[in-house]
Amino acid sequence: MIKAPFDVATIRSQFPILQLPSELPVAFLDSASSSQKPEAVISALADYYRTTNANVHRGVYQLSEQATFEFERARGLVALLINATHHREVIFTRNTTEAINLVAQAWGGSNLRAGDVILLTQMEHHSNIVPWQLIAQRTGAVLRAIPIDSQGRLVLDDIDTLLQGVKMLAITHQSNVLGTINPIAELTRKAHAVGALILVDGAQSVPHMPVDVQALDIDFLAFSGHKMVGPTGVGVLWGRKALLDAMPPFLGGGSMIKTVTIESSTYADVPARFEAGTPMIGEAIALGAAVTYLMDIGMANIAAYEHQLSAYLIERLDEVPEVTWYGPPVGADRGAMAAFSMTGVHPHDIAQILDGEGVAVRAGHHCTQPLHVALDVPSSVRASCYLYTNTHDIDRLVHGLSKVKQLFG
Amino acid sequence: MSDMYRDLILEHHRYPHNFGTLDPHDVSQEEHNPLCGDRIRLDLRIVDNKIAEVAFSGKGCAVSQAAASMLTDELIGMDLDQVRQYGKAELLDLIGLPLDKNPVRLKCALLSLKALKVGVYRYLGQNITTDELD
Repeated sequence: MIKAPFDVATIRSQFPILQLPSELPVAFLDSASSSQKPEAVISALADYYRTTNANVHRGVYQLSEQATFEFERARGLVALLINATHHREVIFTRNTTEAINLVAQAWGGSNLRAGDVILLTQMEHHSNIVPWQLIAQRTGAVLRAIPIDSQGRLVLDDIDTLLQGVKMLAITHQSNVLGTINPIAELTRKAHAVGALILVDGAQSVPHMPVDVQALDIDFLAFSGHKMVGPTGVGVLWGRKALLDAMPPFLGGGSMIKTVTIESSTYADVPARFEAGTPMIGEAIALGAAVTYLMDIGMANIAAYEHQLSAYLIERLDEVPEVTWYGPPVGADRGAMAAFSMTGVHPHDIAQILDGEGVAVRAGHHCTQPLHVALDVPSSVRASCYLYTNTHDIDRLVHGLSKVKQLFG
Repeated sequence: MSDMYRDLILEHHRYPHNFGTLDPHDVSQEEHNPLCGDRIRLDLRIVDNKIAEVAFSGKGCAVSQAAASMLTDELIGMDLDQVRQYGKAELLDLIGLPLDKNPVRLKCALLSLKALKVGVYRYLGQNITTDELD
C-alpha cells in the first residue's frame, strides 16, 4: 500500500476544484498538461489585485513599491527552488515555450553559425523542437536528434559521435509522454566536454522533483508555472549569469532599456533586459506562492510519493490486457504518468468514455509528433499524476477502461 | 458522455457501410486530422451530375468512421447541387450527436464531410470557401 510522506487527503482539501460538489467528482489525471491550483495560490493572485495592484519598477508611491517587492520576492523564491546562485538569473517568461524561444533567438541568433549542430532528442515536446528549427533556418545551423529505444530511453551508445559539432544540447528532463527521466548530469558533462551548452526543458521535472541547477551543472532551464500548481501566463527561464549577460535582447520595449534615442538604445542588465513591457505581475507573485506551497511540502517528498503512484499506475494498467503503455518500466527514471493505447479503440474514444466516468485524461499526440512516429502510433491516451492524485483516481481510470472494453469489446 | 456511443454509432463503427475504394472513380479525396491521426478517403462515381457510387476508407475514432459510414448512405443518388447545400447542420442531424460544445470531437465527425466538399468542388473546378468547411 502507498504510504505518502504527507497527508494526501489534507493536500486534496486545499484544492478547491477537487472539492466541487458533484455527483461525479473529477478524477483529474491530466496534470502533465496543466495542474490544479491550491487555495494559497488562488488567493495570492486575487490578493494582489485586491490589495497590491500597481505596475512594478516604476512608481515612487507605496503601492508600486509593494508590488515590486512582492514580484521580486517571487523571483527570489524561484531561485531558491532551483538553487540558482543569484536571483538575477531568473527571468519571468510567459511559459516554457517562450523561455526556449528566448534562448534560441537571443543566444542562438548571436552564437550559431552555418553548420553548427543543435542536438535534440526524439522525445522532445514541439516547444523544444520548433524554436530551434526557426533559428536553424536563420543561421544555417542543423538539427540532429538522439534516438530512443523500445523502452523509451535515450540510446546513448553513439553519443560521442552525435555530439560532434554540437553547440547546444536541448533536451527534456522528463518526457511528457513516456515519463522517462533523462540522465541530465551525465549528458551535461558530455556536452561540456565538447564545448556545447545544455538547455533543459524542465516543464515536467521542476513540478515533480528536486531540480538543482548547480548540482546538474546545466546552462539553461525552462519551466512553466501552471504545471506546478501556479497560474497560467508565467514561466521561467533560468540561465547562467555570464551567458545571460552576453546575450542580446529577445523582445524590445519598455523596462528592458537603459537609454533610448530615436536611432538606438542601450539595454538594461539581466533580468530586466529579457522582460520587456509590463510583466505578469500577479501571476509571478502567485507563482511565488506556488513555490512556497511546494517547498513547504518538500520536493523530495513529492517525488517519493509520485514514485509510488507511478508504480501503482503501471501495476493497475498491467491488469488490462488490451492496454499497451509506453516508456521505461517502473524505476527511478520513470515519472508518475503513462501514455497508452488500447487494442482496437481509438484514443479519442477512450478519453471520451473515460470523461463520461468522470476521469480526465488527455488523448492525442501531446505535442510530440516525432515521438509518436517513433512509437508507430498516431496518438495515445495519457494519464498523469501529481501530489494530489490518489490511488482512487487511478482505480477509477482502470474501472473506466473496463467500460471502454464493454462498449467496444 | 457515453451516449455519444449509442448503438447506431457503434454499429456503424463495427460494420461500416460502403467501406472500400472505387476504381475507376471521378472523385477521390483524402482528408486527415493531424491532431489525432484520423484519416478518411472518399471515392465517388458521378453519372449525370449525380453520385452513382460511393466508398470510403480510412481509420480513426468511432465518431469519424461512423459519421463517414452514415454519410455515404445519404450520398447515393444525391445530385451535386444538393451536395453543395449539404452542410454541418445536416450531417450532425444525421448522426445525432450533441457535439456543439465539443469542438475537438466535432472535427472527427466532420472529416468525411470535408473530404466530400473538397472533392466535389475540385471535380467541379470550383474553389471552396473555408466558411463551407466550418
